[in-house]
Amino acid sequence: MTRQLTDRPAAVAEAGPALRRRPKWSGRTRRDFFVFLALALPNLVLIGVFTYLPLINNIYYSTLDWTLGSASATVVGLDNYVTFFTSADAAKVLGTTAVFTLVTVGGSMVLGLLIALALNSKVRGTTFARSAVFAPYVLSGVGVGLVWLFIFDPGYGVLAWVLRGLGQQSPQWINDPQLSLVMVIIVYVWKNLGYCAVVYLAGLQSLPQDVMEAASLDGADGFRRFLSMSVPLLSPTTFFLLITTMLSSLQAFDLIRIMTPLGNGTSTLIYEAYLQAFGAFNRAGYSASISVVLFAILLIITVLQLRFVERKVHYS
Amino acid sequence: MSTHRPFSRANIVQTIAGGYIPLILATLVVFLPLLWMILSSFKQPGEIITMDLKILPESVNLENYNIAMTTVPFAQFFLNSTIVTLVGATIKVLLAILTAYALVFVRFPFKNAIFVLILVALMVPPQVSILPNYILIAGMGGKNTLWGIILPGLGTAFGTFLLRQHFMTLPASILESAEIDGAGHWRRLWRIVVPVSVPSIATVALVTVVSEWNDYIWPLIITDRPETMTLPVGLTLLQNSEGNGSGWGILMAGAVLVIVPILVVFAALQRYIVAGLTQGSVTG
Repeated sequence: MTRQLTDRPAAVAEAGPALRRRPKWSGRTRRDFFVFLALALPNLVLIGVFTYLPLINNIYYSTLDWTLGSASATVVGLDNYVTFFTSADAAKVLGTTAVFTLVTVGGSMVLGLLIALALNSKVRGTTFARSAVFAPYVLSGVGVGLVWLFIFDPGYGVLAWVLRGLGQQSPQWINDPQLSLVMVIIVYVWKNLGYCAVVYLAGLQSLPQDVMEAASLDGADGFRRFLSMSVPLLSPTTFFLLITTMLSSLQAFDLIRIMTPLGNGTSTLIYEAYLQAFGAFNRAGYSASISVVLFAILLIITVLQLRFVERKVHYS
Repeated sequence: MSTHRPFSRANIVQTIAGGYIPLILATLVVFLPLLWMILSSFKQPGEIITMDLKILPESVNLENYNIAMTTVPFAQFFLNSTIVTLVGATIKVLLAILTAYALVFVRFPFKNAIFVLILVALMVPPQVSILPNYILIAGMGGKNTLWGIILPGLGTAFGTFLLRQHFMTLPASILESAEIDGAGHWRRLWRIVVPVSVPSIATVALVTVVSEWNDYIWPLIITDRPETMTLPVGLTLLQNSEGNGSGWGILMAGAVLVIVPILVVFAALQRYIVAGLTQGSVTG
């Protein structure tokens, strides 16, 4: 630190006019310095130890051949990454992650926008409906997962009963790897589309009313007005949602853990990292390398977001 | 274009078809699964293991709740969740207020750099940190302890960020007059800044309470004994012992115990929660 914390007025006086012009370390400034540390340091230390330090440790662990709980580990360099990317797992895990992320992001944004349009109509009860639609977003993923697991139950679930009424057999939602991914995606979209709906609604309500009215006086009908006016004007909202929902989809854990504990067809990057370290194998080093891959992906998305936000996806 | 007479038949039909039906549909899609959870929590195995669906339970029977609470120590889970949520949220909100005040109102050389570090921390997902944090906390003897559950989540980037943005909007004049009156930072913080920021602090507090209550991956990893499990982890334990098909009623009773407290809090205070969780969306 170049700035002196100790109070040495004589030294300052000798140092000449450059320092005297800005008496940086007057008694009050010095007091402020310590007040700041007293107020902010506990939080900053916690963030440092439990958010930043793990990032570094993860990179270190990823270079080890290490069984969780074992006292010894060997440094293997990039072997864990090589193992992951050359195994059949990598294609499966990355594929599952891509499908899960793209479908949940697309699904909750499209359905969210449709619901936002309904909520934006001038009828009574929209306030209640808005809260209702948002509610699943704040509920425990564990509880929600169990409820839907019961609904999807091929033997005694409501869905199986409806399908029987239509003369159909219930698909094996849990045992079939592809269907279990479909099932988790449906539930994830159900839980999260309220978030998209409310954010889109805020976007719709902040559209310039005069422009929209002018378009409607010009005779543009509802659908054309929506396509040629609302959709472009909503682009900042769409971009914001795209980033935030993509980040949370990549981190989805609770529903996957409850509905498909073995990761049968639903092993995304985050779930594979969890299974490798805390499942049957306790492969800590290998798990850390998957976490680093996930973090790299999240970082890229975040950097893209920051770049775009600076340029502003905007029209007005 | 629709006619301008408000109560014409065409207009009413259009209002119902275009306005109400989508709203009712959306609301039903949300509520039916939750209603099904509550109804099923009262049903006996015979009413669930059957080919013809019974919508209403034969009686409001609390037997499933009884079984759920004796199979696993649900009362203990409830207590643990309450302690973790209240202690964790209180400390987090306090730390957020102090840090945000320092960032906005106290002179310090590296404030911008510190703020950037907080912003970046906001984007680091806790999921990628679970293994290093597990090793750290387990090494400190925090496995199967409540403090081990609470500690790693205490640093708060979200609350600090949100409150900082709010504190920046406060007029400087009210603080200047307090400064002239000789009030120090501590008094200015609690007498002026906090009282005028109650809605923002409530938003941060509620969002924190909801996420602490629902938090799953970390308590799942750091506890493996029922005495220190929180509700979501305990529900997983219940699932392991009742997940054989006949226990759906019991599992639904467990799900009710986890979901309904937050549903009640949300119903009462949804304005603040929605505002907090969708923050940053309408930046223009």
